[in-house]
Amino acid sequence: MTIRVIQPGFFTTVQDLGRYGYAHLGVSPSGAADSLSSRIANLLVGNERNAPALEMTLLGATLEFDETAIVAITGAECECKAGPNRMPLNAACELQAGAVLQCGSMVTGARCYLAVQGGFDIPLVMGSAATFVAARFGGFQGRRLQSGDVLQVRRRDGLRVRSLRPGVLQTPQRPPLLRVTKGAQQDWFAREAFEKLFSNTYVVSEQSDRTGLRLKGEPVRPREQVELLTDGIPLGAIQMPQDGQPIILFVDQQTTGGYPKIANVIAADMHRVGQLRPRNEAQFKEVSVAEAIHALREQERWLKDAFE
Amino acid sequence: MLADKQAAMKIVPASDSSLLVVFGNEISFAVHRRVMALFHALRDRHDLRIRNLHPGYASLLIDFDPLRLRHDELAVTLQELADAGKPVAEANPNVVTIPVCYDAEFGPDLLDVAQHARLSLDEVVRLHSSVTYLVYFLGFSPGFVYLGGLPEGLHTPRLATPRPRIAGGSVGIAGAQTGIYPVDSPGGWRLIGRTPLRMFDPAATPPTRLQPGDRMTFVAIDRATFEVMARGTGGRLA
Repeated sequence: MTIRVIQPGFFTTVQDLGRYGYAHLGVSPSGAADSLSSRIANLLVGNERNAPALEMTLLGATLEFDETAIVAITGAECECKAGPNRMPLNAACELQAGAVLQCGSMVTGARCYLAVQGGFDIPLVMGSAATFVAARFGGFQGRRLQSGDVLQVRRRDGLRVRSLRPGVLQTPQRPPLLRVTKGAQQDWFAREAFEKLFSNTYVVSEQSDRTGLRLKGEPVRPREQVELLTDGIPLGAIQMPQDGQPIILFVDQQTTGGYPKIANVIAADMHRVGQLRPRNEAQFKEVSVAEAIHALREQERWLKDAFE
Repeated sequence: MLADKQAAMKIVPASDSSLLVVFGNEISFAVHRRVMALFHALRDRHDLRIRNLHPGYASLLIDFDPLRLRHDELAVTLQELADAGKPVAEANPNVVTIPVCYDAEFGPDLLDVAQHARLSLDEVVRLHSSVTYLVYFLGFSPGFVYLGGLPEGLHTPRLATPRPRIAGGSVGIAGAQTGIYPVDSPGGWRLIGRTPLRMFDPAATPPTRLQPGDRMTFVAIDRATFEVMARGTGGRLA
């Protein structure tokens, strides 16, 4: 089965849950910006959670299916139509052969995920189907989708469609609260710096993408300008350049850098970062590493129990 | 005793999924060896709970699955590996030769570097290709090497305004650093030449020509050789 791209939308790429084991060669993890939504989409259609899905940003794609297909769309709220019919989100739906699926603008949130039963047939590069656009590899020919692209879908028998329990998906809170742990260079910052970071609201700037989110707001600066020897950057690190405006390093991040890292978004909240769009606000709240891991464990349990 | 002079190893949580091991705050071969020793000791364990290792000049970031490996458990392992102190096999470091064409077209800033260093163009080329560099680590972007060993005479400040696009393979100087742009990208380094070899090839195993801890030398080639090498092999990694 194939899916033809009629309109690619604003920025659509193939993503799985990321590429690991190559950071020492400068290769960032990539993968779904909102991995929770990507996993839900795949589980709804009966795929493995790590199957490649389409990540659509701000404006969805228009796609033509040459055979009957079972798809699910999750993530940001977005009006999707199959021909004249509105397609429900967060549920597996059957599309007829020849159907044209049109995904519109995202109303809230930044990214939608489309999974198709069987999964996209994408060659693995360094063990992953994730697209790393800046380095031009992975995913579909190492780039974002364009009109006329044809994606192959795997045929798999015996996959069972699933559904979410009613009410299990909550409306995301606005502005989203991003829980953070203190970062590797926490000693560089005075108590007042953390108070500023945790008591103010920051706005996502237009210069934000999968490599990082630049935030604007009350500047936070280290005690003194000491030069940091370039060191490794964890996913979700909040680095503070000289202007004191925080940058959240994201899935296509640089693997090393020279700015001090004041804090780090917890793993359980990274999916919220993936749904931030320019001009959105965000707030930070400090938690301990133990609380962060507890939240991640709770999230895994929630995902397991979310399906009927 | 050498060991007495070593800065104590510090293990700090960098996130809920990572620990940063810091070996002081200097760029030196001795510190690099400690970073590499821990890097290799961890890699040799093939622990699937560890997802990524990010070596730096004087640190190693370890990214892991916190649902399967606890911070304190990993910290104990790291301390044990460091105490065991198995040094990196240094007898036969991998030495990689990178051919570079220092033609004016590929090295638009070669003249600036020469003027800054008060040397002739030939002397700059000879100096740049006369020493053995150390690959401290790779980072920033795929295949980007942080090299040590640039002769002091060639230290040149970076461009005031970065170029919007630099061709992959370009060799440049920025302050005390020299390096190679692995793929087309913007950048502010002074460009002095270009290699016909591909530094990063996602389809190759390993995908980069240089690994952390490698030694590296530049060898000057003329334009005709550059064209042949670029065409003949497509510059592909083996």
